[in-house]
Amino acid sequence: MNVITQVNDISDSHGEKTVARRTVYVYQAPVRIWHWINALAMMTLFVTGYLIGTPPDSVTGEASAHFQMGYIRFAHFSAGQIMAVGFLLRIYWAFVGNAHSAQIFYIPFWRGDFWKGVLHEIRWYAFLEKYPKQYVGHNPLAHTMMFLVFTLGTLFMIVTGFALYSEGAGRSSWQYKAFGWVFSIFPNSQDVHTYHHLGMWALVCFTILHIYAAVREDIMSRQSMISSMISGERQFRDEDI
Amino acid sequence: MSVAETFYDVIRRQGITRRSFTKFCSLTAASMGLGATGAANVANALETKPRVPVIWMHGLECTCCSESFIRSAHPLVKDVVLSMISLDYDDTIMAAAGHQADAILKETREKYKGQYILAVEGNPPLNEDGMFCIDGGRPFVEKLKEMAADASAIIAWGACASWGCVQAAKPNPTQATPIDKVITNKPIIKVPGCPPIAEVMTGVVTFITTFGRLPELDRQGRPLMFYSQRIHDKCYRRPHFDAGQFVEQWDDQNAREGKCLYKMGCKGPTTYNACSTVRWNNGVSFPIQSGHGCIGCSEDGFWDKGPFYERLSNINHFGVESNADKIGLAAAAVVGVGVAAHAAATALGRVTVKHDDKAPPKA
Repeated sequence: MNVITQVNDISDSHGEKTVARRTVYVYQAPVRIWHWINALAMMTLFVTGYLIGTPPDSVTGEASAHFQMGYIRFAHFSAGQIMAVGFLLRIYWAFVGNAHSAQIFYIPFWRGDFWKGVLHEIRWYAFLEKYPKQYVGHNPLAHTMMFLVFTLGTLFMIVTGFALYSEGAGRSSWQYKAFGWVFSIFPNSQDVHTYHHLGMWALVCFTILHIYAAVREDIMSRQSMISSMISGERQFRDEDI
Repeated sequence: MSVAETFYDVIRRQGITRRSFTKFCSLTAASMGLGATGAANVANALETKPRVPVIWMHGLECTCCSESFIRSAHPLVKDVVLSMISLDYDDTIMAAAGHQADAILKETREKYKGQYILAVEGNPPLNEDGMFCIDGGRPFVEKLKEMAADASAIIAWGACASWGCVQAAKPNPTQATPIDKVITNKPIIKVPGCPPIAEVMTGVVTFITTFGRLPELDRQGRPLMFYSQRIHDKCYRRPHFDAGQFVEQWDDQNAREGKCLYKMGCKGPTTYNACSTVRWNNGVSFPIQSGHGCIGCSEDGFWDKGPFYERLSNINHFGVESNADKIGLAAAAVVGVGVAAHAAATALGRVTVKHDDKAPPKA
């Protein structure tokens, strides 16, 4: 009779020894939920935002029978509001969540080993390092990108987005009271449209890099990346650390 | 110059009887709910309050503001100029010229110190000590500062005085500068447009003379009553925008059917003005009604937000003509190609490495 050996309470059907791997709980549930909702909102905002600048071909028939631009703009505004509320909740979670939850909101500018880490990551991506380093949270380069492009970029898009929304909502709207100062910096709102548009493309570029880096490091860096944003756990695949 | 006429003098001169005048005062006081002594107060104010003296100066400009102003229908410009205000100086339309005209400026400054309104059409160029605009043998900027010093308030007529307009468009060789960047210690009301709508101009003047104060202004110093809404929000073609029906080419069927001009570069969505409600030439039409998109002439730096016939503005910081989509697509393509190349290089690198060698050797 085949006796199944139990090793560290994990085993496979052949009774072979498997290894226990260290996992760390990094991304708490609110961060994970926010991540995926935000990802969906961003995709919606990219597509509808592009279509607002470059509308699809005209529809025919009576105007009263259609609401094409209306629906595109409605989707854009809705996704934008979801993104903004999500961002606020995410900031709240940076205060009450675990240590990793605040990582995207600051850069440890004065810490020398942080910048050494950035340099190491740059060398790693330039194929100059043979072995990757492992980090529980974001690696220093990812951390920098997250803060500079994603966090500040999102903040810029939310602020300019609400400012542009206030144009339709009116001068007495809360959006104008809260974000009308944008038009003190750029008196012609056509400029705000242009910068909002460029901001979208910056975030599109960020998204491409973000997805590529997540897939690549999941394969290359001996640690889990993609499943970590689903389970919240980062698994380190080295045996005996 | 004689003693300034009061409103009462003007009213009598136009043939209105004393009896009608007192009736008017009573009715006005009653309708405003001013109480028993109100009528006497109104009558007293109209009999004693001199008409507001206005000095109208011209800097770098094309006189389109004056051309627009004299076409006002409600109120008629003759009523504004001859009855409501005391237009003491306007070198374009006044009879006096030369030293005679210059003397009026000096006289007004002395006689109505801190009481007259300075209306400025155009703006001063600051380069070469203001030598690009000479008015009466002196740089305009000097005269402007002189007259502004004793004015109670300043009206900046048109895009020139408000924002700079075409003479301030890049590269702005004369350094033409809007009024609020030159005069910083006086209340300034901007009435932008190239030109502003006639009724908006006379409306602003009427408000100031009637209430003796400037109307409520927005963040940029424009009167809210005319500049708080976009052309787009009051445009009669807006339903076609919401439906997604656009003019795609100037000669297509949609152009003939009066569909939305958004794709043809209409700046209605970013332009604050009253064109789509007040319209032009006594309400006859406005650009969009005539089949041409708004060019945003009442907005800051509108000459540099072109092209007039495309939705996305040009971005010229990279040496070549471009817009947000072209730059963004190019950047995304570079990132995409970079990512693909990096992935390929990574994959090639792994072909030669055994799986177990991915981790650094154990110490």
